Amino acid sequence: MTSVDTVGTAKSTPDVEQPYAELGLKDDEYARIREILGRRPTQTELAMYSIMWSEHCSYKSSKVHLKQFGEKAPKTDRMLVGMGENAGVVDVGDGLAVTFKVESHNHPSFVEPYQGAATGVGGIVRDILTMGARPIAVMDPLRFGAADHPDTRRVLPGVVAGVGGYGNCLGLPNIGGEVVFDPCYQGNPLVNALCVGVMPADRIQLSAAKGVGNVVVLLGAKTGRDGIGGVSVLASATFDDDGLARRPSVQVGDPFEEKLLIECCIEMYDRKLVSGIQDLGGAGLTCALTETSAAGKSGMRAYLERVPLREASMEPHEILASESQERMLAIVEPGKLDEVLKLAEKWGVIATAIGEVTEGDRLVVTWNDETVVDVPPGSLADDGPVYERPIQRPNDFDLVQADRAETLPRPSSAEELRETLLRMVASPNLCSKEWVTEQYDRYVQGNTVLAQPEDAGVIRLDEESGRGIALATDGNGRYAKLDPYAGAQLALAEAYRNVSTTGAMPIAVTDCLNFGSPEDPTVMWQFAEAVRGLADACQALGTPVTGGNVSFYNQTGHTAIHPTPVVGVLGLLDDVARRTPMGFREDGETLILLGETHEELSGSEWAWVTHQHLGGVPPKVDLDREKLLGEVLVAGSRDGMLSAAHDLSDGGLAQALVESALRNGVGARVVLPEDANPFVSLFSESAGRVLVAVPRSEEARFTEMCTVRALPWARIGVVDAQSGALEIQGQFTVPLDELRDAHEGTLPRLFG
Amino acid sequence: MTARIGVVTFPGSLDDRDAARAVKIAGAEPVSLWHGEPDLHGVDAVVLPGGFSYGDYLRCGAIARFAPVMGTIVKAATDDGLPVLGICNGFQILCESHLLPGALTRNQHLHFRNRDQKLRISSADTAWTSAYEKDQEILIPVKNGEGCYVADEKTLDGLESSGRVIARYVGGNPNGSLRDIAGITNAAGNVVGLMPHPEHAVEELTGPSVDGLGFFTSVLQKLVTT
Repeated sequence: MTSVDTVGTAKSTPDVEQPYAELGLKDDEYARIREILGRRPTQTELAMYSIMWSEHCSYKSSKVHLKQFGEKAPKTDRMLVGMGENAGVVDVGDGLAVTFKVESHNHPSFVEPYQGAATGVGGIVRDILTMGARPIAVMDPLRFGAADHPDTRRVLPGVVAGVGGYGNCLGLPNIGGEVVFDPCYQGNPLVNALCVGVMPADRIQLSAAKGVGNVVVLLGAKTGRDGIGGVSVLASATFDDDGLARRPSVQVGDPFEEKLLIECCIEMYDRKLVSGIQDLGGAGLTCALTETSAAGKSGMRAYLERVPLREASMEPHEILASESQERMLAIVEPGKLDEVLKLAEKWGVIATAIGEVTEGDRLVVTWNDETVVDVPPGSLADDGPVYERPIQRPNDFDLVQADRAETLPRPSSAEELRETLLRMVASPNLCSKEWVTEQYDRYVQGNTVLAQPEDAGVIRLDEESGRGIALATDGNGRYAKLDPYAGAQLALAEAYRNVSTTGAMPIAVTDCLNFGSPEDPTVMWQFAEAVRGLADACQALGTPVTGGNVSFYNQTGHTAIHPTPVVGVLGLLDDVARRTPMGFREDGETLILLGETHEELSGSEWAWVTHQHLGGVPPKVDLDREKLLGEVLVAGSRDGMLSAAHDLSDGGLAQALVESALRNGVGARVVLPEDANPFVSLFSESAGRVLVAVPRSEEARFTEMCTVRALPWARIGVVDAQSGALEIQGQFTVPLDELRDAHEGTLPRLFG
Repeated sequence: MTARIGVVTFPGSLDDRDAARAVKIAGAEPVSLWHGEPDLHGVDAVVLPGGFSYGDYLRCGAIARFAPVMGTIVKAATDDGLPVLGICNGFQILCESHLLPGALTRNQHLHFRNRDQKLRISSADTAWTSAYEKDQEILIPVKNGEGCYVADEKTLDGLESSGRVIARYVGGNPNGSLRDIAGITNAAGNVVGLMPHPEHAVEELTGPSVDGLGFFTSVLQKLVTT
């Protein structure tokens, strides 16, 4: 046992060379560790600092920008727990609180798609569980390389099966998300995972370890050698050619274990058995021990030899760094320990007292009586390095913006428009995603009111009152590439619009910011602009950011992905029975287009599909308009004036019409405005627009409300349940069967 | 008196609360049963819900069949005609327990599949299907990764000739089940296994229809009349 590097050894051998550079620490960071400790770190301490000070854990490059989310946060009395805990918590009334968060698992999912995606779901679910909530739904915003690229055939089926395999086995309905293809994600797919949970507002759990003498209990799976270095090796560096050789850094998930952990924890919360709790995710036990003790401003003592291991030969630094999944750390009063252990046994969960809360402010970790760690926990958890990275607007930025898609050759004849429509609805980004989503369980728990392909997922929280929530995620990397400030705002605007389209009032935001290397000043500029844009827009819309995640180093060699801020918006419905679905249903109802259409084709799906073009400036953002539109949609839903509503986004009006018609197999006759170019009317991607179907009896009331509130509206057609076709009058007609074949055939053909 | 219908929770059961909700909507009292306790608490019928009991380790349902509660259920179903409905994972457990013949294997296309599925009721003579008409078509969700029903030809012929196939997939077979079989019953008609999920089609708001309710009202009717 003498081979272990102890604190005593570290003191007596100050000059031993240490491999800090290999662990990803810079010279000055290593010097600071020595300064904090007043000696060289032990091998175990060095490993802990390298993990906790990694980009992934410390947010060292993003911190200075992210603080805007707090500074610009709109005032709200709904926020029960803000940023900083594992996930934000908002008050939704009736004594209920909802917590939700989106996170990335990008790098592991490229290396090992199934397990990478599966453990991404597992990780975010534990974040939600940690807050005291029962997880009630998940959604997965996904980005892949070109749909027809051979490696996409490796990555996509694995990711989808992993998301489904884990979430289905946990019994969590998957209610939405995105599947987007773009060559920029070829070597860097984005696998973001969102989870939402609900709890009685008085059951909120926090991570702080308080109360000297309280017991530190490790719950869940045994600790193994999997996932060591996940956050530092995988998530905090750019991939080079040895990407696949990093497979051992990917964790392996066991959803059954997690399901037991969920039930066990919820029963512990209900019986008020824990005083603090933290999940083990990235950085494993290191992170959980340091964050709980730092948050509680307490000392802590942990005995590593008590940790149940899969491999007996594991060394202290491996035990502390392991990212083995399905583990939680609970702080328990000594008098409640027996009950905790019994409860864990009932659920078949391993529970082990591995330490205790102590006086003072040191985290001391021993291994068979040898002290291997003796550090101030705050130095790991809170006082990591902070960088003000250089930022630089890309040199070609103006050139790209000048290369506008509005000047590209466009279809003009009726026949050309018809062909364009069919080609667009079959394109990988606009086609039906059913091949993906039917691998996810959307029914389990029996509270799913709306799920994909609807604008937002809607979940009932209370069977008596009908109170419920809506959730949508959106993000458009092409818009953000053309203008990261506007792109981030457009992502928020779309998610906000999607939520209000179902009739829910948007109340809070989570974000997953996917970018290239922060060491590249142009990437850092994109990041700074996107954060500024998102923070400004959250302020304008009155929806605070409650939490989220930053994923840097999404690049292959020197080529970064498009900046991809993915934004999730949570909305509230007083009665889910009032929700507005997207599909046409009743014959003869009036179709009304809300908002204004401009000639905005840059960054559009049309420009990409027909010209492989990306240039110009993205559609204009008008947040006041988005807010007004949202209010009208919520009022329309509440007062029963709308029978269908569908947001216009990628693919414009044409895509919205097709999707609403195919949803229930009910067609429409559409009259495009006479004073506008039909192509622009159909394919422009102007923001702030929603297509609604209004019963004849409500038409006058609804349009009058729009007029009074100064929301532009235009009658553009009627629902036609007889024709079985979508007719654009004066232009063309396409039978729904033909549309369906085009729309639904693409993914099965590619991934069969 | 209200009928009391037990819903078993195994480690990894997922649709247990959904099944209990369906029981309640049908008008009966749901009673939660724990896998580790042999006591059935005097329930009049039992639902084995969907999910991934024991993580589907070894084989779907292969471990759950050894749970203490299953010993009591198998005996009561065999000796006393206790009505038992196994949904999805519950169907797999019934096959592993030999209350029903055949087995459920990996979907032929190898993917988990969740869709709204049309079924044709082939037998309305069981404890769980009497509320339907023979040949009635219903729409309820199917969601499974291992729902492909298989058995040898003789068994299949026997099931068909004795009217023990209770429901078949129509408008597309979602998992490759032989002879489009979605559900079967035992010779006595008290034990039914069904791959699709009737408990997810009991409310307009959350299901594709309310066609699933009939499974629960059937057993209620039977309990009231006997």
